[in-house]
Amino acid sequence: MFPNEHIEAQAQQIMAKYPTKLAATLPLAHLAQTELGYLTPEAMEWIAEKTEQHPSHVKNTVSFYTMFYRQPVGKYVIQVCHTLSCALRGARDVTEHIEQKLGIKAGETTQDGKFTLMKVECLAACGTAPMFQINDTYYENLTLDEVDRILDSLE
Amino acid sequence: MQNGNGKVPASIPYMRSVYAGDEAVLLKHYNPPESLTLKHYQQHGGYRALKKAFSMEQDAVIEEVKAANLRGRGGAGFPAGLKWSFMPKESDKPSVLVCNADESEPGTFKDRALMNGVPHMLLEGMIIAAYAMRASLSYIYIRGEMVHEAQCLENAIAEAYAANLLGKNILGSGYDLEMAVHRGAGAYICGEETGLLESLEGKRGWPRTKPPFPAQYGAFGYPTTVNNVETLACVPHIINNGAAWFKSLGPEQSPGPKLYCVSGHVKKPGLYEFPMGINMKTLIYDHCGGMLHDDRKLKAVIPGGSSVPVITADEVDVAMDFNSLSAVGSMLGSAGMIVMDESVCMVDALLNLEKFYAHESCGQCTPCREGTPWLRKILTRIEHGQATMDDIDLLQDVADKIEKRTICPLGDAAAWPVQGMLKKFRHEFEEHVKLGRCPINSRL
Repeated sequence: MFPNEHIEAQAQQIMAKYPTKLAATLPLAHLAQTELGYLTPEAMEWIAEKTEQHPSHVKNTVSFYTMFYRQPVGKYVIQVCHTLSCALRGARDVTEHIEQKLGIKAGETTQDGKFTLMKVECLAACGTAPMFQINDTYYENLTLDEVDRILDSLE
Repeated sequence: MQNGNGKVPASIPYMRSVYAGDEAVLLKHYNPPESLTLKHYQQHGGYRALKKAFSMEQDAVIEEVKAANLRGRGGAGFPAGLKWSFMPKESDKPSVLVCNADESEPGTFKDRALMNGVPHMLLEGMIIAAYAMRASLSYIYIRGEMVHEAQCLENAIAEAYAANLLGKNILGSGYDLEMAVHRGAGAYICGEETGLLESLEGKRGWPRTKPPFPAQYGAFGYPTTVNNVETLACVPHIINNGAAWFKSLGPEQSPGPKLYCVSGHVKKPGLYEFPMGINMKTLIYDHCGGMLHDDRKLKAVIPGGSSVPVITADEVDVAMDFNSLSAVGSMLGSAGMIVMDESVCMVDALLNLEKFYAHESCGQCTPCREGTPWLRKILTRIEHGQATMDDIDLLQDVADKIEKRTICPLGDAAAWPVQGMLKKFRHEFEEHVKLGRCPINSRL
């Protein structure tokens, strides 16, 4: 059930950090997405109630930010950095390798819901390119063998 | 867990790409996870500067930072002490210090190391800065993707509260300061200070028109100063060792220790610390091991993050500081160096960057919202051999008409790479048009 007591308690702590209720919009969205996997309409209504704004305003705000999902994503979200430093060191090869391995194109999710693959802009790990982020974790200095090893290790 | 809900194994290879010698100041004790702790930081002299600052008048702290000529490390190089002096000495509203940790400029990865390696150095710099500006609230706005770094900061802040380095009556000084981490959620524009403030307030990160400047009307309408992570990390060292010491490192006009981010076609890419003003050629060939492939020559370097104009291989014998790079028509910016060898198609490299700006334009100002996708489309035509010579002039024209016509510098940041590339590598653009294709079928 969302939101449970634990989430409500965390929301309370978050809101205490700011002089306005509205400022809790982003952190509450992070909290809800961590719990639910994406921002459901109910989650946005909950944020709206907490921050005293209309749900459409919450939607307007979260839709500005690429990290907030309004549809379900895979269990593992693979975000391959494609900006120049990574591109120079083989980001395209990494993406094409994963596309082939998983049988999906960038922007898609595997049918079993296990993997979502995305091409993203600079993740500030340019000196260890190419790199990707899976869920919360950065993987850097990637080789195609390393990509296989990482993806094969995920259950 | 922010994205998918599956558990993933740990990964910390970034540590192997941080190069700091014994002379280093900021990264001297970089050794995570050990160096993340308060204990480790204090064993290496941490929080001594804070005690010293508390023994000084607030304005004397600002004067010391001014005298040190600490220039902002976020990219603009604005003198930090001068910025602090804009804050009101008396105010009926609380004053706010915001640390800009929304490190997103392509080619830049320096603040990340400070946060995942020596977070207490940033905290100490922030507490001193906040004290000097009489701020009672402080936030670290960190980019949302850096979950690990945000956790390092949260832990450090918790340790600092427990040790009375934050909170009420810090170390018996009578000074109170609250500090919290605020995570962004994937928007380059929030690295622009007023976009950042809007985002902190819980809104879209749309930059504000200035004036009023943040020192008058910043976060929540309170007087606010926004400083970059590396800028704030310099502060404890200035207080400990004095302005004269700081000014003795590197050129007087832009002194101090500096983190250089090197990526692209070198043997040892990574993060390097040197006194400001290291020669770019020395950095590439002596420290970074030279070109990645021995049989390929250097072609070009983007010296200060993707937004600054490119320089050619003939121009790399230059000191990496604010004034020297300005003198050759580029900028130090964020010191994010992207090194490219002769195999790189400059049209494709520029297309890659303009895709970035088109994606990251916040959509508020028409020249940038409409102009950045236009640049991308023209470049796509040129790269794929579907352009005419007029398109090259059009590219220049669109870039020139975005520049200086937007609320924030994102428009300029999209225009400068185009202007720089056309100035230095126009012949490559013409060659694409004449051949009707990319001469090397580049696939960046």
